[in-house]
Amino acid sequence: MTRPDRPLALGRLEIWRHPLPVRVTHWVNVICLVFLLMTGLQILRAHPHLYWGLASTFDDPWLSFGSIPGWLTLPGYRDLATGRNWHFFFAWIFVANGMIYLLYILFSGRLARMLEPSRAELAHLPDSVVEHARLKFPEGEAARTYNVIQKLTYLIVLLILLPMMLVTGLAMSPTMNAAIPELLPILGGRQSARTLHFIAAMGITTFAVVHVLLVFLSGPVNNLRAMITGWYVIRTDPEPETEEETSDDRDPS
Amino acid sequence: MTAIRPDRRHLLLAGGALALSGCDRLVRNAEAQCTVKKAEQVSKRTQRALARDALAPEYQEKDISKDFRANGSVDPADAEYVALKANGFRDYRLIVDGLVETPLALSLTDLRRMPSRTQITKHDCVEGWTSIGKWKGARLSAVLDRARLKPEAKYVVFHCFDALDQTEEGDRYYESIDIPEAYHEQSILAYEMNDEILPIKHGAPIRLRLERQLGYKMAKYIKRIEAVESFAHIGRGKGGYWEDRGYEWYAGI
Repeated sequence: MTRPDRPLALGRLEIWRHPLPVRVTHWVNVICLVFLLMTGLQILRAHPHLYWGLASTFDDPWLSFGSIPGWLTLPGYRDLATGRNWHFFFAWIFVANGMIYLLYILFSGRLARMLEPSRAELAHLPDSVVEHARLKFPEGEAARTYNVIQKLTYLIVLLILLPMMLVTGLAMSPTMNAAIPELLPILGGRQSARTLHFIAAMGITTFAVVHVLLVFLSGPVNNLRAMITGWYVIRTDPEPETEEETSDDRDPS
Repeated sequence: MTAIRPDRRHLLLAGGALALSGCDRLVRNAEAQCTVKKAEQVSKRTQRALARDALAPEYQEKDISKDFRANGSVDPADAEYVALKANGFRDYRLIVDGLVETPLALSLTDLRRMPSRTQITKHDCVEGWTSIGKWKGARLSAVLDRARLKPEAKYVVFHCFDALDQTEEGDRYYESIDIPEAYHEQSILAYEMNDEILPIKHGAPIRLRLERQLGYKMAKYIKRIEAVESFAHIGRGKGGYWEDRGYEWYAGI
């Protein structure tokens, strides 16, 4: 799947980072998640209270929102029916897209090559956290692969948060409750499923915000170009403490 | 470290805002809404194939909600209804007609003599809340069998006394379900709730319980059941009061 490096001038090197299936499913996922989040908030707006357990305890919600501002929802005005229609439409695309991606990374070996952290990496996790917190991103050959924090974050999002969205979403459907009766007891009841759906959505939103922030901090042009064309630029002979414009060539997050 | 030049940053921010307002315009677009609504059929076919005749989960006495919320209207203003209510529904007759061999006019006593079913189930409102209640009622299958559906009957329509705006002139509530759903074991015409006569606010004298779909499908204050081949000529033709206002006809999700 990998392509040979393409040397550029001035000690720079283009490396093949994102094959086509990864790039396409990434951007389809971006569209899906934006629509799912904003139509999801439209749905929440109809009853902005969350509970734990089988049923709603109206006098004692776990969490209540006074109102959800229109600029966060699709459509921008109150319209539960339209919000639901668009939510379920994008839920189907999200599932199909996610399946394609998961099958691809599994069978292409990308999961093992790019995402699975090695024992050595896990042993150095605390150091990596400190470096990351100082916004020092790997350069040169070290930027060829994802760092251990990236790997773990991507794995948590891919294997825990996104599947949790799907499972808790399905558990809110009364017909699915009949089809898969085991699901609700595992999640603790329908209102727990609804609350977990919201919590997972907030987890993914937090990831997305940090992800975009780190893309910007670590070289937005290089990162965006890599996710569009597949080619990512690294520096083969990193000059220590060069001027700041080189930040475009740093590692993504 | 400035990762991106200010002019570029503004461009990206403006681009983001433009994309979101584009999303808003898109969800308001009639043609796009039409495409998105097609997902309803995919959901319906998939869920029906998975659920088949499976029963909705049933709960225990201890799970019954003390604060079961009433959905939709709570006290119809219809003159005929007001008169029937004043007389304790002694003169109430449930009309069963349309594509049937034997049209019926059933009193509450007749309905109570029909094969019944008692179930403790959850009620999932489209808004997102859940309440659990115990329902007893005549099996819809038994009522339809007595009326003997004609082969061309594809749906049963429930015509109701209530109008959502609680006025005498308002559009009357109605709902429709197809024959397989009508013959599901848990589809009942409830006349009791939590071991008492069905309260006015929950749809007295009878309401539909349809445990694998959302609350708005479960018509309250039922006046007449009509077997039809198509519901295109009723209301605005979408099969129900809320369906005419954009909500899905298939409310299993």
